[in-house]
Amino acid sequence: MSELHTPLTQWHQAHGAKMAPFAGWLMPIQYEGILAEHKHTREHVSLFDICHMGEFRIQNPGADEALARAVSHNLATLAPGRCRYGFLLNAAGGVLDDCIIYRFGPDDFMIVVNAACAANDFAALRERLPESVSLRDISDATAKIDLQGPESVAVLEDALGENFHGLPYFAFRKTTFNGAPLLASRTGYTGELGFELYCPANKAETLWETLLADSRVKPAGLGARDTLRLEAGLPLYGHELDEKHSPAEAGMGRMLTSGADYVGKAGALAERENLVPLRIEGRRAARNGDAVVLPNGTEAGVVTSGSFAPSLECVIALAWVKAAHAGEENFIVRAARSDLPARRTTVPFYKNGTARNKL
Amino acid sequence: MPGAENIPADLLYSDTHEWLRIEGEEAVIGITGFAQDALGDITYVELPAVGDAFSIGQPFGSVESVKAASDLVAPANGTVVAVNDSLENSPELLNVSPYDEGWIARIALPGAPGGLMDAAAYEEFCAGEK
Repeated sequence: MSELHTPLTQWHQAHGAKMAPFAGWLMPIQYEGILAEHKHTREHVSLFDICHMGEFRIQNPGADEALARAVSHNLATLAPGRCRYGFLLNAAGGVLDDCIIYRFGPDDFMIVVNAACAANDFAALRERLPESVSLRDISDATAKIDLQGPESVAVLEDALGENFHGLPYFAFRKTTFNGAPLLASRTGYTGELGFELYCPANKAETLWETLLADSRVKPAGLGARDTLRLEAGLPLYGHELDEKHSPAEAGMGRMLTSGADYVGKAGALAERENLVPLRIEGRRAARNGDAVVLPNGTEAGVVTSGSFAPSLECVIALAWVKAAHAGEENFIVRAARSDLPARRTTVPFYKNGTARNKL
Repeated sequence: MPGAENIPADLLYSDTHEWLRIEGEEAVIGITGFAQDALGDITYVELPAVGDAFSIGQPFGSVESVKAASDLVAPANGTVVAVNDSLENSPELLNVSPYDEGWIARIALPGAPGGLMDAAAYEEFCAGEK
């Protein structure tokens, strides 16, 4: 099978990364090791190649109104220079994808989507937007590099010679790097203070090496990205989000403030199941697909993600639990080699993340 | 951390990547550098209990890394006489010192183990697995 390569795939291979296919792309899973990369991100700052994700540009008069009917995001309160997390829903209110929308102007947006969903997302958006609204897939031309960790702001400021302390959470700024456009957004997927950087694909390697030249920065792979996002309680499409579940079931109901009549709105608040965060003492992990039962053996649900949590030294998991049982305190996870007693907890699992820190 | 290289010359190896060091009528067993490298950071070790008896090829415990879980497969027939308790709280010893501090169990051998590879044969075997 031949996977797609990012502009940095060769760099990863040349620097000893363990590579594996992810969503059709050949991606770095780890360099030094998942635990070390996880810790370095929480304590210092790491660099992630996220070029596999998709970016679409949506422009022209009428874009604002049409996009507001295509996605769950409340665009009425999204100012230029700000971005917002939300969902592309199917007609029944199930999640086709989760995505971040950047507003560049009154009728000018960028939408950032998951690699595995990008082709379907593009088709759904094209169908929902009138022909007069331009929808362009700029994924191939766009590199996305995430700089994440408490020291990220200092590293970015040193690399670009620019002050980023004024940039609030979920805001972005267009600047330049080596004469090329660079978009820096104060967002991320680790629970730590960080930035998602978008630049032309042909500048990716220069930007990557420039940031890595700072001794505080180390590269991190998708393995650490996954343990970091899980500790932060952030959903992963295909695990905590899918077409069968509404955003409300995934705990995102409060985010649905859009007044627009968007596709899937009627079903977006339906709750048949709920995503329940679980804490399991010890080191034996619950894994995706493990059954969840009540202490009396009643079937209750299934684990969507589970892992040893490096920053918490216990096991954490998220699980779809039938709404009728979602209020219970105690569960049993039927893991492959053992039953694991699990207790309901709250997200974020890891509560000391710096993502929202005021600078 | 040790990978497929630096395979100790004085041990015997199974095709499921466990090693065995014969010490008289007993043997110490563990997983190889190749195995720990393939698993990645190990976060949990399920040890056998002292007194457990198993046959070659049987699971006698398990290890979990951040990404995966897998059985420990007995490289020989034997009965457990001691286990490395320090792995319970420091499973990373399997990564940093698979042939020494990361030993898993000491077993009493009912007879000379068979079907194992020497270091040279195991090195060749690992090259074929890559």
